[in-house]
Amino acid sequence: MTVINSYLRPSALEHALEELAAGSLRIAAGCTDLFPSTEHKHLQGSILDITGIKSLRGISHTDDGIRIGATTTWTDLIKADLPPACRGLQLAAQKVGALQIQNRGTIAGNLCNASPAADGVPPLLTLDAKVELQSKGGTRVVPLHDFIIGPRKTVLAETELITALLIPKSSLTGHSHFLKLGARAYLVISIAMTSARLVVRNGVVVEAALAIGSCGPVATRVPQVEAQMIGKAVDPVVITDDVVAAAIDPIADMRANAAYRAISAAELLRRTVLELAMDLEAAT
Amino acid sequence: MTSITLNIAHRTHIVKTHMARRLSEVLRDDLKLKSVKIGCDAGDCGACTVLIDGAQHCACLVPAGQADGRKIETLETSEPLLSARLQDSFLDHGAAQCGICTPGMMMAATELLRAVPNPDQAQVKEALAGVLCRCTGYRKIIAAVMDANSQTTVCPPPKAGHAVGQPIRRLDGQAKVDGTEVFGADFIPDGTLLVRAIRAQHYHADFEFGDLLAWIKMHAGVECVITAADIAGINCYGVIPPFADQPALAEKTTRYRGEPVALVVGDPKALEALGLDDFPISWIPRPHSLTQADGAGPDATLLHDHRQENTLIRGNVVSGAPDSAMVEAAHVVTGQFETSYVEHAYIEPEAGVAWMEADVLCIQACTQAPVMDLEDTAKILGLPLNKVRIIPSAAGGGFGAKLDVTLQPLLGLAVLKTGMPCRMVFSRSESMQASTKRHPGSMQASIGADAAGKVMAMTFHGDFNTGAYASWGPTVATRVPVHASGPYLTPNYRATSRAVHTNGPTSGAFRGFGVPQAAITQESLYDDLAQKCGIDRLEFRRINALRDDDVTPCGQTLQAVGIIDCLDALKPHWDEFHAEVTAFNTTSRAHKRGIGIASCWYGCGNTGLPNPSTVRFGITPDGQFNLHQGATDIGQGSNTVIAQIAADALGVQVGMINLVGPDTAITPDCGKTSASRQTFITGRAAEASGLALRAAILRLTNLTNADEMTLEGGMLCVRQDQNYQKIPLKDLPTDANGYVLCAEETYDPPTTTLDDNGQGTPYAVYGYGAQIAEVEVDMALGTTKVLRMVAAHDVGRAINPQLAEGQIEGGIAQGIGLALMEEYLPGETENLHNYLIPTIGDMPHITSILIEKPDTEGPMGAKGLGEHVLIPTAPAILNGIHHATGARVTKVPALPHRLLAAIKASQT
Repeated sequence: MTVINSYLRPSALEHALEELAAGSLRIAAGCTDLFPSTEHKHLQGSILDITGIKSLRGISHTDDGIRIGATTTWTDLIKADLPPACRGLQLAAQKVGALQIQNRGTIAGNLCNASPAADGVPPLLTLDAKVELQSKGGTRVVPLHDFIIGPRKTVLAETELITALLIPKSSLTGHSHFLKLGARAYLVISIAMTSARLVVRNGVVVEAALAIGSCGPVATRVPQVEAQMIGKAVDPVVITDDVVAAAIDPIADMRANAAYRAISAAELLRRTVLELAMDLEAAT
Repeated sequence: MTSITLNIAHRTHIVKTHMARRLSEVLRDDLKLKSVKIGCDAGDCGACTVLIDGAQHCACLVPAGQADGRKIETLETSEPLLSARLQDSFLDHGAAQCGICTPGMMMAATELLRAVPNPDQAQVKEALAGVLCRCTGYRKIIAAVMDANSQTTVCPPPKAGHAVGQPIRRLDGQAKVDGTEVFGADFIPDGTLLVRAIRAQHYHADFEFGDLLAWIKMHAGVECVITAADIAGINCYGVIPPFADQPALAEKTTRYRGEPVALVVGDPKALEALGLDDFPISWIPRPHSLTQADGAGPDATLLHDHRQENTLIRGNVVSGAPDSAMVEAAHVVTGQFETSYVEHAYIEPEAGVAWMEADVLCIQACTQAPVMDLEDTAKILGLPLNKVRIIPSAAGGGFGAKLDVTLQPLLGLAVLKTGMPCRMVFSRSESMQASTKRHPGSMQASIGADAAGKVMAMTFHGDFNTGAYASWGPTVATRVPVHASGPYLTPNYRATSRAVHTNGPTSGAFRGFGVPQAAITQESLYDDLAQKCGIDRLEFRRINALRDDDVTPCGQTLQAVGIIDCLDALKPHWDEFHAEVTAFNTTSRAHKRGIGIASCWYGCGNTGLPNPSTVRFGITPDGQFNLHQGATDIGQGSNTVIAQIAADALGVQVGMINLVGPDTAITPDCGKTSASRQTFITGRAAEASGLALRAAILRLTNLTNADEMTLEGGMLCVRQDQNYQKIPLKDLPTDANGYVLCAEETYDPPTTTLDDNGQGTPYAVYGYGAQIAEVEVDMALGTTKVLRMVAAHDVGRAINPQLAEGQIEGGIAQGIGLALMEEYLPGETENLHNYLIPTIGDMPHITSILIEKPDTEGPMGAKGLGEHVLIPTAPAILNGIHHATGARVTKVPALPHRLLAAIKASQT
C-alpha cells in the first residue's frame, strides 16, 4: 500500500506540542539521520518538522548559564561566541561529517539519535548539560547522562520534544578540548573520542570533567580519573590505560576491535588533557 | 501534496510536491535540474550538493518542506560568471574525470570562492571535504578551485599532426563541468515504468514464491512481477563464456546476499513508495562460507556442483628450478599476506533505461563493455544479436565493476514483458551488495637471493575469494601468476593461484585483476630481502629490475622495458626523503616517519587471448570527420586520447574531429574498457584508420603527401608545399554508413596462449612504474598519514600528459584506500559511511614523473597506464610503515587497530 503520510511544519511551539500530544509523530529537524535511515525518496512515517519554530534555534546567555536551542546546527555552534569552556563542543561540531552535515545537523537531533558515536555527547557531558523537554503537559529538565540510556535509546516520551540544552553557569568555567579518532580525514564516524574540561587555579586543578565516546553503549564521564586530577598540576599521567579500560565498555566492529578502542581512548584522553595544558599555559 | 516555492536563478518556481520528499528528487524530477547527482541518498558522498541561501547542503537530506521560500542554486542555475570561471579551471586542470562528482564539487567551491576568492589548499580541503571523488585523487580539483579566480593564459590548440603529447582539455569535458552530461539515471522517456529488484538478504538460501498474482492485485500501480520463469533465453551469463554460471534472476537458490530473485515493475511513484517487505517469498537459509579458507574447507557446501572443492580455476607459471635454486640462495625471505574485499565505490550507482524502437530493444545504461553487454543480454532474453542495441550512457566511474552486466538484462526482461520503457536505478546499498569486488587474497611467497643481492628464485601461492559466481575470477587466477614476480628478473619461478567460491559477493575485475594484491606480497618481501642482503631498498630493486632482452617467467623476451628508468627517476627523491625523514625521527618520538618504495609491471590487454578493437573514421558529404570511438570513456580519457592519436595519424587538427560514441548500432566494437588496453589497442586501431583515411584522401589527389588538410566550404583542401588540391566532398558517392571517404581498421595484439606451465607470450605490451611513499605513523594510535608520493611511470609515449597524471593521482587514491581503510564486509559496510574511501583530506602531495620509453607495438610508442598506477601504491605505503615503525603489516587495510597490534608485536 502507498501510504500518504502527514507532514506538519508548525511555526509555534504550542502547536507542535499539541500535535505531539495527539498522536505518534516522528520529529524531524536536520534530517541527517532520518533520511539515511531510509532508501525511499520520502521521509517515512508521519512527520513533525520543528525547523519552522524560530524560538527553538539559537544560543542565548541566561542568568543560569547558556541555553542552546534544540534546532541549533553544528554550524551555528561553530560560529557562536562562546566561553573557552565550550571550546570542546565547538571542536566536536567541526568534526561532524563535513560542511553539508554541519549546516543541517542539529544538537538535539544528535542526542535523540543517541548513537554511541554521537559527536556532541562527550563535550556536553563535560559541560554537565541538561536536556529541556517539553510536552503539552509541561516542562522537565533531565541531566544529559540520564537522558541517553542506551544505543538509540533515550527517555524522551512520545509526546515530548527537546526544546533546549542547558549548560549551567557553574560548568562554564575553565577550558575544554575535544579529540576524535577515525580512519580517514573527513566524513568519519569515530573509533573513539574524548573531551575534557579543566578549571585550574594557581597551577592546580580545581575541577575536572572528562568524557569518552564511541567506547560503550553511551558516552561516559570518567569520574575515577577526574578525582585523581583534583588538587594537582595538570598531568595526563594519571590517565592510565587500566583506569580508562575500567570506565568504558567498548565493542568490536568494522572500525576497530574492543582492545584497541580501550587503548586508544586512554591515549586520546591523555592527549586531550595535554592539549588543554598547553591551552591553559598560553592563556596565562 | 502541497506546493513549495523555490527561488532559483532569480525566478520563482512553484512546485507541487510532498513536503517530506527529498529536495534532490524535486530538483531532478520536477525541475529537470539533473546536475544534482544521487550517489547515496544518505549525505555520505556529497554528489547532490546544492546551495541553499548560499550555504552548501546535500539535497538528498533536505525535505522539500524545508526548502520552501528559499534560494536554491545548482550547477545549471548558479551565478554564470563564477560558474564559467570554475568550469574553465576544471577543464584546464583536468579536474573532472568521469564527471559524476563534479557538480557537487563545483557547488561547494562556489560557496568558498564567494567568501574567499583566492583560497589556499587548506581552505579548499575544508570546503570540499563533504564531496567524495573516486577518480581523480582530488589533487587537480584542489588546484582548479585555487586557480579559479586567477588569470590564466589560454594555450592555442595544437597544430594539425601535433596533438599527441599535448595536455589538451578533455574533448568530452564541457558536459561534465556544466552538469549536462547524461549518466545512467539522467534520461527518462515519457511513460517510463520503474523496475525494482527483490534481493536475497541471506548469504545462501533456498526460496519459494507465494501467490504473486494476489500480491500484484493488492498493490495499486504494480504492473507485473518478473521471475526466472519469464526468461525466454538462457538464464546463465558471465564475462568469460566457458565459465558462465550466473543467473539474471536466481532459480530456487541464492548464493550471495543481494542476489536478485524477482523484479517488480510498475508506476514509478507508486512503486518507489512501496516497502516490498510483504513480497510473497519464503526463505530457507543454508550453510554458507564467506572466506576463501572456509570456502575451500572440507565442510564447505559446494556452490556449483561441478566445481569440486569450490575451486573455480587454478593458475600457474613455472620456469627454471625454483626449489633447488631456493636451497642454493644465500638469503631467503618468506611471508604470508592477506587482503580484503574492496568495493569499487564509484559515485554513480548502476542505472539505466530501456525501450523498444520498432523490434529492437535499446538499453541506455552505464557500462564499460557495451558489446559484451549486448551478447549476454541477448543470450538471456533469447533475442538475436541484431535485436538488441546497447547505448552506453556516461559512466560515473567503473574501475572494473561495470564490465559485468548488471541491470541490462533485467531492464530487457521488464521492457519485453510490459512493452513500456523501463528504468532501474540501484540504491547505494543495492549497488554495493550486487556489484563485483576486488578478490580478497591469502598469499604466501618465498624469495631467495644470492650474496650479491641477485634474486635467484621465487615461489608464490595465492588463494583468492572469487565469491558466488565466476565473473573475472579466471582472469585474476591467470594474471596473478604471470605478474607475481614484479618487474624483476626471476630465473627460477613457480607461482600458483586458485579462485575459491564462497557465498561472499562475486569478485570480479577491479583495476589490476589481482596484481595489486600479489604486489603487496612480493614488494613487502623485497624490502625484507634487501635488508637481509644489506642493500639499499631502491638499489636492490634496481639490481633486479628487468632490462631489454631479459626473459620473463613466462619465457617472453622483453623490449622497451622502462622500470630502470622509473627507479632512476625516483632516486633523487628517495635520497632527499631519506635525509628529511632521518632528521624528523631524531626529534620525534610520538610520530615516526618512513619511506617505502614499490614497483609494478602490467601487461596491457587480455592475457593470451584475442581482444581486437576496430575503429571507423569517416568523412560525411558535408565535411564532418566522424571518429567512431568505441572505447567506453568512463572518465579515464579515451575520448580524448584516441582522438589525439587519430587526428595526428590523419593529419588534421584534433578540434576538427567529431566523436561518435560506443553505441553498438553505429560504432564497431572496441572491446571493453579494462586491462589498460584502450590507449594501446584502440589507439593502434585509431592510428591505423587515421593513416588509412589519409591514404584514401591522398589517392584522390595527385599529391604524394599532405602538409595540411582543411575544410573550406564543403571542400576538403589538401596542400603539399605550394600545391593545393580541393576535393568536392558533396560530389562523391557515399558508402552504407553515409561516408564519402572512410577507413575501418582493426588491431589485435600479437599474443599466444599459455601452455601448462604458463609459458608463452601473454601480452604484446607491458607498462612499468615505481612509486615512493613518505608516511607518518602515530606510534601510540597506529594511525598512518601518507605525506608525499612520487610516482614514475613508463607510459611509452604520453599521449596526453595531463590525463596520464590524472590516472596516476586517481590510482594512488585507490591504492591508499586499499592500504589503509577499505574493507568491504557483506552485511556490515553496505553504505559509504561504514565503507570508507579516501576523502580530499587523505591525499598526499603527489609528484608524477612520466617516463617515455616507446614500445614499437604501441600507437606512437604508447603503453597502457590505467591499472599500473594503483599497483605500487599500497606496498609502497606498507614498506613506508615498516621503515617508520619496524612493524610489518600483513593484512590490509592497515586499520589503526591492526597497525598498533603489529607495532606492539614488533617491539616484543
